Amino acid sequence: MTNQTPIAAVALRSVGKDFGDFTALKDVTFDIGDNEFFTLLGPSGCGKTTLLRMIAGFEATTAGTIHLFGDEIETLPPDKRPVNTVFQNYALFPHMNVAENIGFGLKMLGWSKADIDARVAEMIQMVQLGQFVHRKPSQMSGGQQQRVALARAMAPKPKVLLLDEPLSALDLKLRQEMRAELKSLQRETGITFIFVTHDQEEALSMSDRIAVMSAGEVQQIGTPEDVYEHPANRFVADFIGETNLLEAEAGTVDGQSVMCQFGGSSISATTTGAVAPGQKGWLSIRPERLTIGTALGEGSIPARIGQTVYLGTDTQVMAHLEGGATLGARMQNTLAGADRLTEGADIHLTVAPGAARFLVE
Amino acid sequence: MRTFDPRRYTGFFTITLACLFILYAPLAVVAVYSFNDSLSITRFEGVSLRWYQDVFFGLEAGKFRTAAWNSFTIAIMAATAATMIATAAAIGMVRGGNFKGKPASFALISMPIMVPEIVTAVATLIFFSAIGFSLGYVSILVAHIVFCIPFAYLPISARLQGIEATFEEAAQDLYASRWNAFRYVLAPIMAPGIMSGFLLAFIISLDDFIITNFVKGAGVETLPTAIFGAVKQGIKPDIMALSTLLLLFSILIVTLSYLIGRTGDAKNPE
Ligand SMILES: Nc1ncnc2c1ncn2[C@@H]1O[C@H](COP(=O)(O)OP(=O)(O)OP(=O)(O)O)[C@@H](O)[C@H]1O
Ligand SMILES: [Mg+2]
Repeated sequence: MTNQTPIAAVALRSVGKDFGDFTALKDVTFDIGDNEFFTLLGPSGCGKTTLLRMIAGFEATTAGTIHLFGDEIETLPPDKRPVNTVFQNYALFPHMNVAENIGFGLKMLGWSKADIDARVAEMIQMVQLGQFVHRKPSQMSGGQQQRVALARAMAPKPKVLLLDEPLSALDLKLRQEMRAELKSLQRETGITFIFVTHDQEEALSMSDRIAVMSAGEVQQIGTPEDVYEHPANRFVADFIGETNLLEAEAGTVDGQSVMCQFGGSSISATTTGAVAPGQKGWLSIRPERLTIGTALGEGSIPARIGQTVYLGTDTQVMAHLEGGATLGARMQNTLAGADRLTEGADIHLTVAPGAARFLVE
Repeated sequence: MRTFDPRRYTGFFTITLACLFILYAPLAVVAVYSFNDSLSITRFEGVSLRWYQDVFFGLEAGKFRTAAWNSFTIAIMAATAATMIATAAAIGMVRGGNFKGKPASFALISMPIMVPEIVTAVATLIFFSAIGFSLGYVSILVAHIVFCIPFAYLPISARLQGIEATFEEAAQDLYASRWNAFRYVLAPIMAPGIMSGFLLAFIISLDDFIITNFVKGAGVETLPTAIFGAVKQGIKPDIMALSTLLLLFSILIVTLSYLIGRTGDAKNPE
């Protein structure tokens, strides 16, 4: 590493984890920068919690190394790592009140009573729990408990904060509020956040960067825009947001753009990997990048409207192409009662430039 | 669908009453005759507290007082030691993962409950004489510690099983050493289980007769052995008074143990 490159907050190198003969994590390698809001995103059972627990020190690695700000932490027990966790079920100590819970880490670090009191008051103000200081966790709502867990984990000023699906137990409204709150807390404190979720919307709306995981392997790492606009493979395209995935074959290739054949139609798509003509793969087109028109335009595909589903802000339209393929499109409901969306009507689908993506795997 | 209701079976009430009668009638007789104003143990001749007075101030009061003192001190020390060992064992068994020999360890811990007490008694006596351990107060204490362990272990491990491991992990995550995580987080959450284990061990030690009788040696008596000694010379009503006192005390402790064990579940003990 040169002097210019900042030291990574967390550096994972070929990290692996086996439980008996089951491999939970395989060859995980990436860096998380200081002050970054980094998200581990993936379906249930893909190893997110396991990776978090390895960083926290509750689980030993079976391969690879983990460095925290340049220091090897493999041999450190959890209480020696400058890392705190917000647990999925909060794990608030039931016999302690809010103030005692928040001050626990400071007490264990040997802070003086006065310092603890000052810091606890500061944290309580931060999470706006002023009137609950003397309550026990069992006397609080889920959202309030969540804030206590957050304050408790942030009180000792950790270098890295680990959050394991902290919002999953809250209702939708509260979840959306907490997203914004978490994000601004991270901005204000400058603490590196490693946030685990299986909710792609949560990941997209909060993260600086996202690591998309599947079956113990990292599929792609990038900004929310990156992983949404330029998915590296079929799994990422499918897992993040909605998309139309069609079996396709590469035709003529011209740098980053490739002509794709699918179900009797053909379309120009972007690609990242090296693609050879004739190669089989998948075509991914986001439904909101399709526009429905009545007139034949440049690059438009003739289609017939199938089922439509009214979804409030928009309407989902299934469009059947002449070649037999079906594409889902989403039209914003800007006008009340758009009569052109009647089933069976002939239309023309236009794919926004650069919206189609050819994926090799 | 019809739910299973044992009350529908013919004879249910008769059998229940018979069982309860067989279990409690002797206790009731002892309790009632302890208030008898006569030396007779078959004829009731008016209510009096003379036998209770006799227990505390009569001819044999000194003997009973020493025996009671032995019983209580042994029970408190044995229950304390057994509870500490049982707590350590429960943490090892419940939190230790699936280590080799776990079923064997469990069998070893609960052995004294499974094995007939007379076997344990004889074995303990043989062991003590084999190693030349002199019989008396200390030998009783050691034997009591051993057979109290499983009784303390059961409520403690039951409680621990209901406590999620994330509490200890959260404590360690917040810079608590393993010992501090136990002291400040696990132990307070486990406390009702530990208390109820202690009380159970205490009462088991307090009224043990068989093992105590084998390992007590000459001259040292606990309440049960003293009572047995007195009964051998003929049943006097003061024994009934003493037994009734012991019975009340046992009921008190067992009730306490039950109530404490029940306070709150592991998630919110408040
Ligand atoms: N202690 C363990 N022993 C054996 N297998 C385990 C253990 N812990 C986790 N696993 C397995 O490892 C895999 C990854 O588990 P992990 O808890 O990391 O998933 P996750 O991505 O956090 O899922 P979720 O979103 O459901 O929380 C799972 O298949 C799980 O069964
Ligand atoms: Mg998980």
